[in-house]
Amino acid sequence: MELLAFARGPALTFSLAIFVLGVVWRLVGVLALPPWHDYSPPREGAPPNWLAAIRAVFRKMIPHKTFLKDGMFTTINGYVFHFGLAIVVFLFVPHIVLIQSLFGVSWPGLPNGVITGVGGLTAASLLGALAYRLTSPVLKLISRPNDYISWLLTFLPVATGLAATAHVGLRYETMLALHILSVCAFLIWFPFGKLMHAFLFVLSRGATGIRFGHRGAQL
Amino acid sequence: MKPDDTLAGEMQRRGVSRRAFLKYGSYIASLMALPPSAVEALAEGLAAARRQSVIWLSFQECTGCTESLTRSYSPTLENLIFDFISLDYHETLMAVSGEAAEEARRAAMAANKGKYIVVVDGSVPMKDGGVYATIGGKTNHQILEDTVKDAFAVVAVGTCAAFGGLPKANPNPTGAVAISTLVAGKPMINISGCPPIPEAMTGALAYILSFGKLPELDHLSRPKAFFGETIHDRCYRRPYYERGEFANAFDDAGARQGHCLFKVGCKGPVTYNSCATTKWNGGVSFPIQSGHGCLGCSEPEFWDQGGFYRPLSTPLGAMGPALAGAALAGAALGVGAALSARSHQKHYLASLDKEKEKE
Repeated sequence: MELLAFARGPALTFSLAIFVLGVVWRLVGVLALPPWHDYSPPREGAPPNWLAAIRAVFRKMIPHKTFLKDGMFTTINGYVFHFGLAIVVFLFVPHIVLIQSLFGVSWPGLPNGVITGVGGLTAASLLGALAYRLTSPVLKLISRPNDYISWLLTFLPVATGLAATAHVGLRYETMLALHILSVCAFLIWFPFGKLMHAFLFVLSRGATGIRFGHRGAQL
Repeated sequence: MKPDDTLAGEMQRRGVSRRAFLKYGSYIASLMALPPSAVEALAEGLAAARRQSVIWLSFQECTGCTESLTRSYSPTLENLIFDFISLDYHETLMAVSGEAAEEARRAAMAANKGKYIVVVDGSVPMKDGGVYATIGGKTNHQILEDTVKDAFAVVAVGTCAAFGGLPKANPNPTGAVAISTLVAGKPMINISGCPPIPEAMTGALAYILSFGKLPELDHLSRPKAFFGETIHDRCYRRPYYERGEFANAFDDAGARQGHCLFKVGCKGPVTYNSCATTKWNGGVSFPIQSGHGCLGCSEPEFWDQGGFYRPLSTPLGAMGPALAGAALAGAALGVGAALSARSHQKHYLASLDKEKEKE
């Protein structure tokens, strides 16, 4: 139980503190940047900035038809593991209990069988994403350690969580401790690696939408 | 019963048939999850067993382990004492006291040198020379060393003896340690629990008597027969856990309907013991059946796991101050980074203006 106590105690406290510090640091740093001014007059019929930003956030959720066919796998697979992760993280009751202990809010969860099924699908989808990255010549060329580390630190909590639930490998309490420690590693890496896109994608898409909208370009 | 008598002989004298004895062997064997082929061997071993000398030492403890043993369902304490073992020294149960009691211990040790079993409940204080618990002017550590040196095996009964238990809980003012840290080179079993299940104590002793060796143990030296699975894995409320049906409080609808107690702090998922199968008080019930979550009392450091009612998936300590501090520090760093960027931009624009002026 000592490893589990370490994971639930100092490791979780430290990693959550780093996560909060890093996320707030980066978000405040971006949001408090000097405002962007385009001194050119907006194109006729250009939407207001806020509308252009919101449109861009949602419209970019589906690739442009030009790229739809070639990007079919990455699009569908991306949705599978993103939704899978969201379901596993936010609808597994022990996770909800953790969130409730931190923020005081809770909601109903799903039965464990559903979570296990979704977790398995998510793990398979993540493995598919890695295989694609390793086999696609272009993607392989532009991949950096940041991409692989981000993948690994996303995959490990899923894999250890599934192993703990299924009683595969080590004893349950050890597997649970490893699961929590893998989440700790994920939390520490999150603000400083590409995982931060979970927050920044809204800002970057919005900023792109404003610039494009100002010039009358359709997204 | 004379010391040289076998248990079978004694049973025969009391009118217990061989068939009844085999049935009893089957009970012990099933309790310890032994294969059917072991039933006869266990019964034969028990039948041929001679009276086993047991010296029971009580150190930093609450006597709850003895209380638990006296509620043993089968074999009963009377059986255990008069049929299986010769309890030559037990401060709570023996009639004599003072020097006479100590003399009984020394006599039993001399008469059964290398053969007696030492059962210990309670941890041993080591701080300040062990002065926090003494008996007859000797520290617990001295008594343990003196008694264990000629023992056949040592059985640490209860979580205090097995892992330090409550006396070792933070801040551990007496420097309490587990028996295993002080006993080297002797066969050793931990029967943890606060208190341990009586059948686990008597079952382990019966196994030693029958086979003359220790039962199969886990990595914490506990008999796998009793500590091989978690409470959660054998809990009758497990289906509720799987379905996501939980009690959110001890008096809500979920609690009344017998839903899983995970959310109110049950430590069953990480606690290895046979409470859910052997149960207590002759198989009547166990804590979860009575509506309270498992405390995890048979695991090391169970007292220092952040509170009995804190769910297993939550942090051990209060996170608020750490997270608030981190958020403030993050905001300060973010503002600093943005101000730096603004300053850089200002200088850049100023330099552009200067260049324009030059042109």
